[in-house]
Amino acid sequence: MTGFYTLFHKELLRFWKVSFQTVLAPVLTTLLYLLIFSHVLEDHVQAYPGVAYTVFLIPGLVMMAVLQNAFANSSSSLIQSRVTGNIVFVLLSPLSYREIFLAYVLASVARGLVVGMGVYLVTLGFFEVPLRSFPWVLLFTLLGSALLGALGVIAGIWAEKFDQLAAFQNFIILPLTFLSGVFYSIHSLPPFWQSLSHFNPFFYMIDGFRYGFFGVSDVSPYFSFAIVVTCFLAVSWLTLKMLKTGYKLRH
Amino acid sequence: MTPAIEINQVHKYFGAVTALEGIDLEINPGEFFALLGPNGAGKTTLIHILAGLTLASSGSARVMGHDVVADYREARRLLGVVPQELVFDPFFTVRETLVIQSGYYGLKKNDSWIDEIIHHLDLADKANTNMRALSGGMKRRVLVAQALVHKPPVIVLDEPTAGVDVELRQALWRFIKQLNRDGHTIVLTTHYLDEAEALCNRVAMLKQGKVVALDSTQNLINSISGASVRLRLSPDTLPAALQPLLTSHDEGYYVLTVKEYSEIEDVLAALRRAQVQVLEMQLLQPDLEEVFVKIMGSTESQEAA
Repeated sequence: MTGFYTLFHKELLRFWKVSFQTVLAPVLTTLLYLLIFSHVLEDHVQAYPGVAYTVFLIPGLVMMAVLQNAFANSSSSLIQSRVTGNIVFVLLSPLSYREIFLAYVLASVARGLVVGMGVYLVTLGFFEVPLRSFPWVLLFTLLGSALLGALGVIAGIWAEKFDQLAAFQNFIILPLTFLSGVFYSIHSLPPFWQSLSHFNPFFYMIDGFRYGFFGVSDVSPYFSFAIVVTCFLAVSWLTLKMLKTGYKLRH
Repeated sequence: MTPAIEINQVHKYFGAVTALEGIDLEINPGEFFALLGPNGAGKTTLIHILAGLTLASSGSARVMGHDVVADYREARRLLGVVPQELVFDPFFTVRETLVIQSGYYGLKKNDSWIDEIIHHLDLADKANTNMRALSGGMKRRVLVAQALVHKPPVIVLDEPTAGVDVELRQALWRFIKQLNRDGHTIVLTTHYLDEAEALCNRVAMLKQGKVVALDSTQNLINSISGASVRLRLSPDTLPAALQPLLTSHDEGYYVLTVKEYSEIEDVLAALRRAQVQVLEMQLLQPDLEEVFVKIMGSTESQEAA
């Protein structure tokens, strides 16, 4: 347990020591999104009946911050360690591939939670956001950040260079998040895009998370939960397999 | 007795490139062992296979009887590796780095041993300095310290003295010798053959992925028969009778090779007869470097033939 705990702790320290960049900056960026989108769209869009657009937007933005930061944490830590070579200290140690997986994923979850909390707490100062079911909120936060943390491990191992990681982030993670219904309810979309959105796992994370706040969602939270759990298990299986075989880590 | 390191028919291919071609090696507990060879001979690949950083294409390797793949956790606990590359984690200080490294090995309260390593490697002044701020030599010391946090019975140093000043080199070897006396098995690679000769009791030479020599340091040196004598003469001419013994002539120095030391008397007699005066005379002892050059050269000519 000590080995796992040490790596986990080290990963926490890694982002905490530069929290200006890893926590405060994303909180600020998310709040800017909120400010601008709510200013432009408040009077034009109503996603859910009786819910102001800004209030509708908040859970989506919180979840987006959680997901992006969870991904950024494991992926940037791994690519940095690999490019600078200090990953060798982990690889030389008797840490098992499961411990390595857990440490990186849980540190990602922690970063996601911290950033998400930051955004949420600041918005609470300005807006009244209902909270119907905290368990759903917590469940989707944990699952979503763990899923993105695991994806970050895959990306951090797969990418050889920083620009490949940036490509993964900009061409896969970012479009999937933006097209997941952070800024809109998918019911407002034309039928084709609506059905396409159902193939986006990020949609279920946002939708389920939002259900926890409003008690309203585009699809049943149980269904979203099932999808997210399935995705998490599939991605975790792949990540564990990569770590076990030493893909791109042990040549 | 379980060997400290046991390597059986290890092959390693990187695509079409053969890095290791059937390495067999056994290193006993308590040995101070040198792994020598030119760049690209496969030394680092072999070390990486032991450490689990590289997976062998075929064959097996064990550390203190534990297979490095099947029983990797135990094998890695028993092995400390100082990597060749100067790597470090810029987020932490020296002490934090060592505490974290201890934690990876499951050691929670390791402070007294960490203090001891810090002391022996002369890192005390820098213990709370961030890794980024250290000079290359200091970073090298931390790498050595990191390999020792878990008191591994087998310690592998991959070119630990490359680009390191004399002071650290001496301090480092003092500490490593101390560890060897305490029973740790030491394996090192180096390009400084005098270091290997002074420290190691056994040597393996690698060339193009094969072991081309494996013996005690002394036996290898003894395998070079004869001795050489270097002379400066007045007048600066070598008598014809001695010409067959000449192996090199450079800037007024003649190097003659004789089969036995007693023949030096004949050389001096021949000089006296020719009325040539000896201005300087130096006996050249065969050393590991000579053996190395000879072995690397001879396998080359065999391959050419």
